[in-house]
Amino acid sequence: MALDKNGIAKRIAQELKDGYYVNLGIGIPTLVANYIPEGMEVTLQSENGLLGIGPFPEKGKADPDLINAGKQTVTAMKGASFFDSATSFAMIRGGHIDLTVLGAFEVSENGDIASWKIPGKLVKGMGGAMDLVASAKNIIVATTHTNRNGESKLLKKCTLPLTGVACVKRIVTDLAVMDVTETGFKLIERAPGVSIEDIKNATEGNLIVEGKIPEMKL
Amino acid sequence: MNKVVKNAEEAIKGIKSGMTLMLGGFGLCGIPENSLKALAESGINDLICISNNAGIDNFGLGVLLRDHQLKKMIASYVGENKEFERQFLSGELEVELNPQGTLAERIRAGGAGIPAFFVPAGYGTEVAEDKEVREFNGKMHLLETALTADFAFVKAKYGDYSGNLIYSNTANNFNNMMATAGKITVAEVEELVPAGELDPNQIHTPGIFVQRIFKGTNYEKRIEFETTL
Repeated sequence: MALDKNGIAKRIAQELKDGYYVNLGIGIPTLVANYIPEGMEVTLQSENGLLGIGPFPEKGKADPDLINAGKQTVTAMKGASFFDSATSFAMIRGGHIDLTVLGAFEVSENGDIASWKIPGKLVKGMGGAMDLVASAKNIIVATTHTNRNGESKLLKKCTLPLTGVACVKRIVTDLAVMDVTETGFKLIERAPGVSIEDIKNATEGNLIVEGKIPEMKL
Repeated sequence: MNKVVKNAEEAIKGIKSGMTLMLGGFGLCGIPENSLKALAESGINDLICISNNAGIDNFGLGVLLRDHQLKKMIASYVGENKEFERQFLSGELEVELNPQGTLAERIRAGGAGIPAFFVPAGYGTEVAEDKEVREFNGKMHLLETALTADFAFVKAKYGDYSGNLIYSNTANNFNNMMATAGKITVAEVEELVPAGELDPNQIHTPGIFVQRIFKGTNYEKRIEFETTL
């Protein structure tokens, strides 16, 4: 069965390592914070100027001066720090962030990502996404395998305006875990109960299947 | 040096239609509410505004947008403003969207006297159009130019008569860089104290960057998305 959003987040949380500094994008990526393995120290960075994002505040304790990049009220962990946006992107551009997780409209088989603009429709802006994908050492895309119309989001070539080129390393969807390789999307794991055939049908780009493909362990 | 002015009306003196302004804040966090209000009431128009976001409908920069005071926006994320989207798509408003880190660095560079610099963000995307591309260490980079403004408006938690500023939590964001990049920088603060009362070790923005400072009133400090446990 295809995973729900929390399932995708749970699987991505398995990619975390002790001591990592991580930037989580808006949407499914934010949910990853709920599944950080116990005993593991992971520091979350928010590009609006917070290193050490804590949980949402208790009711009545929200501070308008303390938000995350999604503009939600949050708290700061013990040992957190605040800084300006230039310093924040020095952390990002300078390669100090270990892992970036973000959503996408489309990913192509060479690792291009489109995530910020649908021409003639949605104008939101790229925010920090272009900076993040251009500089992160490790980028995981968290997305559903197909869009609302059932069309594949994993393509030979992106059709929407790009956020970055040849930058995505790994993709975790509701159906599968795939790595971007020189020859296409390499299938690593499949969601419990999802067949290779299902994944092939939902992938427009080249899907490489080698050997036995294990199910995700969630 | 005493840089204190009475209020926002006095602080915006000298602004003319067609000028370039910077406005601090991320979303509605750390925006110069009093200055924005005074700008809205002034009726000055044809403004070029540099701000990470565009406020929300009917608050913050959204008010200037609603009243057609803006000619052009230089921003990075404008998602929470329907009027912005309408004016942009209809062509009424000129918009230049920048990767957020590039925007922050362009402002920092403007204040620091660096005319241009190379960054990897945006390579291979529409942001790269008409920009010089150069390879460094095997990676492609875009030449980005610095930004300055006729007036920069920033908001801090604490300020002193000399213009030294201390921000609160994530309300620092773009304010610290913008303070350095205005020909005239106006700081509005929640608490204004005589020189000597702020700990020099804790100052985020040294007073040299600030030309006018005033104590703001009636801060709404609206929250866009109040999330609690």
